[in-house]
Amino acid sequence: MTLLASAFVYLAGLVLAPGLPGIVNRVKAAMAGRKGVPTLQLYADLAKLLRKGAVYSRTTTWVFRFGPVAGLAAVLVALALVPAGGVAAPVSFSGDLILFAGLFAVMRMATMLAALDTGSSFEGMGASREAAFAVFAEPALLVALAAIVRVTDSLSLSGAAAAAGSGLWGHAAAPVSLACAALFVVLLAENARVPVDDPNTHLELTMIHEVMVLDHGGPDFALIQYASALKLWAGSALIVSLLPCRTGNPWIDPVIFLAGMAGAGVLVGLVESFLARLKMSRVPHMLVGAMALAILALVMGRTGRG
Amino acid sequence: MSTTGRELMPGEAVPVGEIPVVSAAAFRNVVMDRIGRGDWLAALFGHPVNGSVRVTAILACPRFGELRAVAFDPGASYPALTPECLEAHWFERELHEQWGVTPVGHPWLKPVRFTTPGAIPGVTDYFAVAGEEVHEVAVGPVHAGIIEPGHFRFQCHGEDVLHLEISLGYQHRGVERALVGGPNARTIHYLETLSGDASAGHATAGAEVLESLAGVRPSDRSLALRAVGLELERMANHTGDLGALAGDVAFLPTASYCGRLRGEFLNMTAMICGSRLGRGLVRPGGVGFDVTAELVRDLLGRLDPAMREFTDSVRLLFESPSVVARFEHLGTLTRHEAVKMGLVGPAARASGVARDVRSDFPSGAYRWIPVLLALKESGDVMARARVRWQEVHQAASFVRQVLSRLPEGEPWRPVRGLQPGRLAVSLVEGWRGAICHVALTGDEGRIAAYKVVDPSFHNWFGLARAMRRQQISDFPVCNKSFNLSYCGHDL
Repeated sequence: MTLLASAFVYLAGLVLAPGLPGIVNRVKAAMAGRKGVPTLQLYADLAKLLRKGAVYSRTTTWVFRFGPVAGLAAVLVALALVPAGGVAAPVSFSGDLILFAGLFAVMRMATMLAALDTGSSFEGMGASREAAFAVFAEPALLVALAAIVRVTDSLSLSGAAAAAGSGLWGHAAAPVSLACAALFVVLLAENARVPVDDPNTHLELTMIHEVMVLDHGGPDFALIQYASALKLWAGSALIVSLLPCRTGNPWIDPVIFLAGMAGAGVLVGLVESFLARLKMSRVPHMLVGAMALAILALVMGRTGRG
Repeated sequence: MSTTGRELMPGEAVPVGEIPVVSAAAFRNVVMDRIGRGDWLAALFGHPVNGSVRVTAILACPRFGELRAVAFDPGASYPALTPECLEAHWFERELHEQWGVTPVGHPWLKPVRFTTPGAIPGVTDYFAVAGEEVHEVAVGPVHAGIIEPGHFRFQCHGEDVLHLEISLGYQHRGVERALVGGPNARTIHYLETLSGDASAGHATAGAEVLESLAGVRPSDRSLALRAVGLELERMANHTGDLGALAGDVAFLPTASYCGRLRGEFLNMTAMICGSRLGRGLVRPGGVGFDVTAELVRDLLGRLDPAMREFTDSVRLLFESPSVVARFEHLGTLTRHEAVKMGLVGPAARASGVARDVRSDFPSGAYRWIPVLLALKESGDVMARARVRWQEVHQAASFVRQVLSRLPEGEPWRPVRGLQPGRLAVSLVEGWRGAICHVALTGDEGRIAAYKVVDPSFHNWFGLARAMRRQQISDFPVCNKSFNLSYCGHDL
């Protein structure tokens, strides 16, 4: 029964994920006084891209074609580790949170290798930026996860979520909220959102993520877009699962979870509406800030139980 | 013959014979002397005289509001002015390209527009920085988005730009040559489309040249309406650019609102002449469209709400710390650099150079209603944005004043034959800066040579300089703060 519920939640994630960027865009449009694109635009885009053919530059090799597939595969596995709506993840074991962080790194590596394979100076520049910022984002993610391990005494994401649903916030609200804040900053950076990257820009020189996928088209690009949506979904789901909004009722909890996911989309949209992008050399400052929050959470977690 | 050049006023047609033709050394002395006294080089161009080329310089003296013309016959080569007079840099490259005259000692004698037979735009030697860790980024001529073609070569060390070289010429249409033999029915259309977003500016400059050559003085009413068109153009473009600056740093609210407000100002232009870009408004001899009292009321009624929204939306931009952090200390040009390079327009005023044709060489309505100089000192993107913000406000109050006491008069007076053997210069402060048109008439009263100097011609080099030691990811913001014209440069 539990496994069935887990599988259902996983599949629901696969289906609903492309709606999340839609919510972000709706919020941005509303804040800017525009009509904006339909919420379900990404579904239409994916359908369109999948019907298209693909063009490959003669410079590229199998690495270029391998990138989008490997990226999607990595995020599909990562999503299977994330609990959602009061239900444990389909795959859960002690130490799975290390794998979760590692899979994000695999996805990044696949995208970067594909970008470098094109030999374009733009894409090389994007890959170099992605690598540079990852140096700061990954430790922040790992330390935040370590802080959660400390306060929940669980080495798996599902275990941590279960603890969060049962009174964790009563005795460790401060460290968990700090860790969640750090995770949110990492989420913005990992998903190429403002203030780190601008998903809407057409200016190659300022891009990070977008510029690495410039040469991909058709079904390959559909895989990339879908993988990005899943990555945003997985990251948001992790944060929402750690929040203290659980009733224990198997019918109400999923609804609360979905509301939480929509709330995450709104929050990302609000950040994008009211903040300008950081100067690129300042991005590490922000990620180090997230790291500081995570370290604080780690330290507090220990004293909290002492 | 005088060796200090012939003084003339903008809008005055002087007999070509009165412009002193001096030796290369004397020419150099005049130019260097005048530049040293605070003049700037409005034009330096070649034109054919009896089968050979003559070079004429137009120097603008802002202190006295007068111009000075001096000429010399260079032959095949002459000692370049550029090593001592940096603002001649682009002009001498143009001279070399158009007329095959070699300025000896010019440090970087490369094509400007690739107009010589066999030249392919963009195919030339580029300045290159050598080194293991240095890499080159080439952008354009095809860009993402709807912008004009231009090629940019960055020499980078990681994210830092060591040097930027800008190569243009993709938009060259041969407008100057097409204007020779005129004026005819096509002339005004060529003038209006010299740079599409500065139609009113270029058309006014061209009309002023033709009117002075024909000895026609347009009515005050038509001069007032031209100034309204020019200021509405300034407001629309500055508003659009402030929005685009916000868009480049992903600051949504101002980007969206300014995009719409730009349309409000364009629509006001369209209410006068039926074209959002001001085509058809300015005609030699006056304006193509008159306004009724009802239309004036309507225009004034639209101006205030648009300005209120503009003020709110741009204030939000300047008050957001995340935006301020992006704009300040970015793409800085010092006052010294701006003067040396001969920058014009908002780019010069943002670096503390008090240079504005509207106050230095006032013509038309600017003689009755003065415009305050928008001056900033810091020379960065923030200063250029601030100058534009201030200029929109001043333009609005100018338009309000002109429209509320519009002089009476006929909108248009006929312009018949031009006087033969004359030279006339006009200076107009377009939204990008000083637009200079020079026309010479031949013996039959037709245009024998026509020279257009778009403000972008002065300023492109300033952009390249401003990018030194900046981050390459900041180029779009820096570029937008100048927003120079490609076709205005390429002609």
